[in-house]
Amino acid sequence: MMENILHTEKITMQFGGVVALYNLTIDVNKGEIVALIGPNGAGKTTAFNCITGVYEPTNGSVSFCGETIVSNHPQGRMKKLYLGEEDKEKLRVIRPTPDKITKLGIARTFQNIRLFKSLTVFENVLVAKHMRAKQNVLTATLRLNWREEKRAREESLALLEEQGLLQYKDDLASSLPYGLQRRLEISRALATEPKLLLLDEPAAGMNPQETQELAEFIVKIKNKYDLTVLMIEHHMDLVMQISDRIYVLDFGKLIAHGTPGEVQKNQRVIDAYLGVADDA
Amino acid sequence: MNEKNININGEITPPDKKNIFFKSVVGFLRKNWIGFTLLAALFAIIFILEQVLSSSSMLFVVLKKGAIYALVAVSMNLLNGFTGLFSLGQAGFMLIGAYTYAIFTIPAEARTAVYQYFDGGIINFTVPVPIALIMAGLAAALFAYLVGLPVLRLKSDYLAIATLGFAEIIRAFFQWDKLGPVTNGSNLLRRFPVFSSTLYPFIVSGICIAIIVLLINSSYGRAFKAIRDDEVAAEAMGINLARHKQLSFTVSSFFAGVGGALLAMYQTTVQAAAFKSAMTYEILLIVVIGGIGSVTGSCLSSFLFIASSEWWLRFLDSETYIGSFKLPLLASGFRKVVFSIIIMVVVLFYSRGIMGTNEISVDALLRFFRKLFRKDSKGEAA
Amino acid sequence: MEFLNTNLPYILAGISVGGQYALIAIGYTMVYGILRLINFAHGDIFMVAGFAMVYLSASLPLYISIPMTIIITVVLGFAVERMAYRPLRTAPRMSIMISAIGVSYLLQNCAWYITSGLAKQYPTIPWISESISIGTATTKIVTVITPVLTLVLVIALVILIKYTKIGMAMRAMAKDFETSRLMGVKINSVISFTFIIGSFLAAIGSLLYFTNYATVTPIAGAMPGLKAFVAAVFGGIGSIPGAVIGAFIIGICENVIKMFGWTTFSDAFTFALLIIILVAKPTGLFGEKSTDKV
Repeated sequence: MMENILHTEKITMQFGGVVALYNLTIDVNKGEIVALIGPNGAGKTTAFNCITGVYEPTNGSVSFCGETIVSNHPQGRMKKLYLGEEDKEKLRVIRPTPDKITKLGIARTFQNIRLFKSLTVFENVLVAKHMRAKQNVLTATLRLNWREEKRAREESLALLEEQGLLQYKDDLASSLPYGLQRRLEISRALATEPKLLLLDEPAAGMNPQETQELAEFIVKIKNKYDLTVLMIEHHMDLVMQISDRIYVLDFGKLIAHGTPGEVQKNQRVIDAYLGVADDA
Repeated sequence: MNEKNININGEITPPDKKNIFFKSVVGFLRKNWIGFTLLAALFAIIFILEQVLSSSSMLFVVLKKGAIYALVAVSMNLLNGFTGLFSLGQAGFMLIGAYTYAIFTIPAEARTAVYQYFDGGIINFTVPVPIALIMAGLAAALFAYLVGLPVLRLKSDYLAIATLGFAEIIRAFFQWDKLGPVTNGSNLLRRFPVFSSTLYPFIVSGICIAIIVLLINSSYGRAFKAIRDDEVAAEAMGINLARHKQLSFTVSSFFAGVGGALLAMYQTTVQAAAFKSAMTYEILLIVVIGGIGSVTGSCLSSFLFIASSEWWLRFLDSETYIGSFKLPLLASGFRKVVFSIIIMVVVLFYSRGIMGTNEISVDALLRFFRKLFRKDSKGEAA
Repeated sequence: MEFLNTNLPYILAGISVGGQYALIAIGYTMVYGILRLINFAHGDIFMVAGFAMVYLSASLPLYISIPMTIIITVVLGFAVERMAYRPLRTAPRMSIMISAIGVSYLLQNCAWYITSGLAKQYPTIPWISESISIGTATTKIVTVITPVLTLVLVIALVILIKYTKIGMAMRAMAKDFETSRLMGVKINSVISFTFIIGSFLAAIGSLLYFTNYATVTPIAGAMPGLKAFVAAVFGGIGSIPGAVIGAFIIGICENVIKMFGWTTFSDAFTFALLIIILVAKPTGLFGEKSTDKV
């Protein structure tokens, strides 16, 4: 029996009258690599934002390792505007800030790389260690947390070395070439010690060779850190190669779900993609 | 959601820690001995100058006021430069600090004279000066904490205008005659202990700035910078935005409060009407000239700012004749015009300020001189 | 009725000063709508308009000095944008705001230098300075003129923005700066035009405001400027009707506070109002919500 790690229950995200995500229910099991695909504007990143607490879903809930971490029902102005499925029972409202979700063990990367541009590569990773260190502002200022600090530094260095970024340690994050910035962003996410890693278009802007390397990299870190990966990706080669299961979204709705082989044959998926000239 | 494991707990002290801590302090001193020597030399020079020069020399005015403004500028830089929170409330927090200090240190026998319209006021005890300085900081910090709860959720310019607004409210509040028994209404507070030696503001500011620098270079400082660079990403890295912003705001206000208290000591009197938004603007301009995000830049530019406005550009304010020819333009107020033009030039053409986000450090200085030296020797060889 | 009789002057003064704030607030709200910049110098441009009138009317007849004042103010507003804001168009928003604070500092210091820091008597403009009785209250005609004139100007402005090409360009830029640029909107001229309108209205506002208050000082622009900005935020920044309504509310509240004898707090109250609205409804009464894309 596979252990469920992430479960979203009928998430609906509505901006004013626009429904970006409609009743999305997905499951991710421990140790899997699951892909979320769909044409541009299908609501994939919105789903990520709902899971990580950046947006409050209009309705629905998210549970992580069996514990409900996000849940909401239409409130205020949304009560009237709500276009999603009517829910008989009102869900309890749980709206954590993203940092709490990260702390629980969900880390993410961003579609448009969001590194801390004025910090060095090393500091970028160290920042991720901040939340887990046992310290407060007084002990940190007076350096009474030096043990924690030392451990954070050692761990970060080890992580950088492993990702092949050690030589860039003291460079500004913004000065790295694009591919390495992506890699640094993933490293930074790993530094938060996640159980579940959400990757938002990790291969965007990469050529086939780089994409291939990335595929190997994702599998490698997954095994090494005992991770579960949920990723959004447009490069079908990558998706088909490494994912165990695929969810396909179109216009905010789930249109297909299954193994790569099943999804490739699904007529609705083909229709959804035929409308789009290219896969990116 | 389990709140428990989110809380950041204080560290539990292991038994052997003191010893190792002591060793690390020694190591720190050994590593930075050049810096400490320079610092000691600076203090010695000021001490000697005080013996040699007349105490009314402009140099001391600049040094005293410069040191105080350096502290306030660095505290503002912590907020604006390192945490990316554009706050314009500094004058308000200085005011709280200045008043707290003054109220609690006016000697009992002077109170009847100072609070002449309010029967000697209602506070009839005094606390020692160092404690009053800390209280000044704490009062400002407490108020900042309360202000921060609603205000820090606002984005950049809204935050600026809201903090500016709070500073104005504070100013009105302290002038309210109903509070007269405590604040002396709109009248001056005076006769509280002041300092005479230039070393005093230097030492107090120095300690405070050192603490701010330690904070900036700590794990929390990195978190602040992360928030400045990208709030969304910082949150995704597990940094609690509300708590860290609140922390930066409170700490910054603490030191602004101490700065305010020092300013009160320097001026020997305090009046709420003086802490206008123009004061905040001045401090902001100091921060900008020094470089947003550079502590040493802020310090350097405070002294430059004060020196130019109080001393070097003074001559622009007095009508000057060469023979019978009256130099044009020179008249009262011209200094400030020239001064503001210089500031505009800096803002428009050198927006990184003197230092950008760099710092002057002993290492950087040594590297600089070595480079200079190497260039020279190369030049000779060729 | 008794209550109204004693308090009518305050309420009239409130409406009048509200109209004057409204004329300044429009400058803030339009600039903010397009550039996302709090033009801290706007209040000082308003102050300069006051001094321009003082000096011009000393030697020129009113029918020349009033238009000249307006022209000088408009040129100043244009020049400030051109010299202090345009070079920073691509810089971080904080830099432009600092530049605005710098300009404000410069204008105040220049005014101080020219006037030696003395308050100047504002010239009496015939007719609008005359007294008029309304019910039991006696007030200047300007008090009555202001709200009317304000409304006329605002309606004209709204029509301009709604039905002309440049108005459409302004709305487009307020919605999406970059896309408008790509669509061929000449952003620089539109921005200049925005500053010109803002300064023009500030000049009219200064004629009315200083006629009421009779003296001009170098810092006379700071407080009305801040209050007008608060009004703009209150009404929902970027929205012209919002700014006008906000300004009237603030003007009236301020004078009602004075009516209760809490003059010390009349300025503080404005800011308290600002903070309450920012916390409760950050977009103001009529503002639109904008969300950052992640």
